[in-house]
Amino acid sequence: MDIDEVKYDSAIILHPNGRLDQDTAATFQDRLLQAIGSGGKGVIVDFSKVPYVSSVGLRAIMIAAKQGKADGISLAVADLTPTVSEIFEISRFNFVVDIHEKLRDAVEAVSDDALKAYEAA
Amino acid sequence: MLVRFWGTRGSLPAPMTARAATDKIRGALRKSAGHDLSSDEKVEAFIDSELEFAESGTYGGNTSCVEIDGGADEYVVCDLGSGSRDFGNAIMSKFTPGKSTVVNVFQSHPHWDHICGFPFFVPAYIPGNKIRIHGCHDTLEEAYRIQNSAPGFPVDFDMLASDIEFVKLETETEYEIAGIKVTAMKQHHSGDSYGYRFEKDGKSVVYSTDSEHKFESIDESYGFVEFFRNADLLIFDAMYSLADAISLKEDWGHSSNIIGVELAHRAHVKQLALYHHDPNSDDATISRILAETIRFEELSEEGDSLNVCAAFDGQEIRL
Repeated sequence: MDIDEVKYDSAIILHPNGRLDQDTAATFQDRLLQAIGSGGKGVIVDFSKVPYVSSVGLRAIMIAAKQGKADGISLAVADLTPTVSEIFEISRFNFVVDIHEKLRDAVEAVSDDALKAYEAA
Repeated sequence: MLVRFWGTRGSLPAPMTARAATDKIRGALRKSAGHDLSSDEKVEAFIDSELEFAESGTYGGNTSCVEIDGGADEYVVCDLGSGSRDFGNAIMSKFTPGKSTVVNVFQSHPHWDHICGFPFFVPAYIPGNKIRIHGCHDTLEEAYRIQNSAPGFPVDFDMLASDIEFVKLETETEYEIAGIKVTAMKQHHSGDSYGYRFEKDGKSVVYSTDSEHKFESIDESYGFVEFFRNADLLIFDAMYSLADAISLKEDWGHSSNIIGVELAHRAHVKQLALYHHDPNSDDATISRILAETIRFEELSEEGDSLNVCAAFDGQEIRL
């Protein structure tokens, strides 16, 4: 799985590309935990190029969310594809993970400085 | 084989309230406007065609009890939750004086909701009847004896007139009981629980309740894939949402509809029955979870097509 990473001041955005399932979840989880461990205030996952997420992918998000909570770093997801959006609702992950319709909204929720950096880019 | 669900609820009996019954009647009456209901047949047709299951029926509120009818004289049943009161009454309705009844129980674990029907299981009170309680725990007899003793219950276990035997089973061993091949598998649950796979005449059903699945990937190395493989029916603990099962309720010993679909797909199961419904879920909620599970099965686009249902008290599935 290709995962691009871009930092905007105190926010890190991960851009995974492809299905998030048992073939890719371990890589995704490593990158997610790495991003959370690298400081800053918030990590955002851009789901616009993720067509499907299975239970192991959702578990990776939960593990990262717990780590983020322990470290005081927020975790949010944004720009979900329709299928992934449905799966978040069916699994009730919409109740435990911050979901934003647009990346900008997720960046704004991290900090004003992050939003300035995002809009300046 | 014929599978009869006598109790499908998890943790605690959850009877429907008067208010819920009235709500169903109100909804049905509203929908009936303009329909010809002038005969019983037309009423039945209206119920069948116009009302959803949650509007015309109920999933029921009895706790775990599932009969596996292999056509033999001896009965086979999984767990004796509160649903076993109805099961026992059904046995008694066919009672013939002078003929003993043999009931083979397969106990997932001795937690209260899986044994609480036994004090009201009438066949246990009849001399000449034989009740064999099979299981992998060493504590089954202790649990049953404590339940049938003062101050919790007035009839002491030793006062029960039937012949009650506890039969210890081992995992990874195939038994033949009442003409059905049975194997047990250890599951992740507080104090352990055990799933059972029943096979007869080329058909198979797996009873797997009170089982939490904690894995990083579902592949062939995960033992439950083999245990469930090609089952005609998988009765699966889907008590919680996936989010609850791996966060707030992690290590509570239960699983989710999402995991049920993924495991069933991987194991090429034909039919998945969502089971051990949360007692906090009303009929409409269980129907919504069922609809969402069917949708997830469609979205997952993996493996063979899987038929999904939500088990209800009184349901019969012929394999």
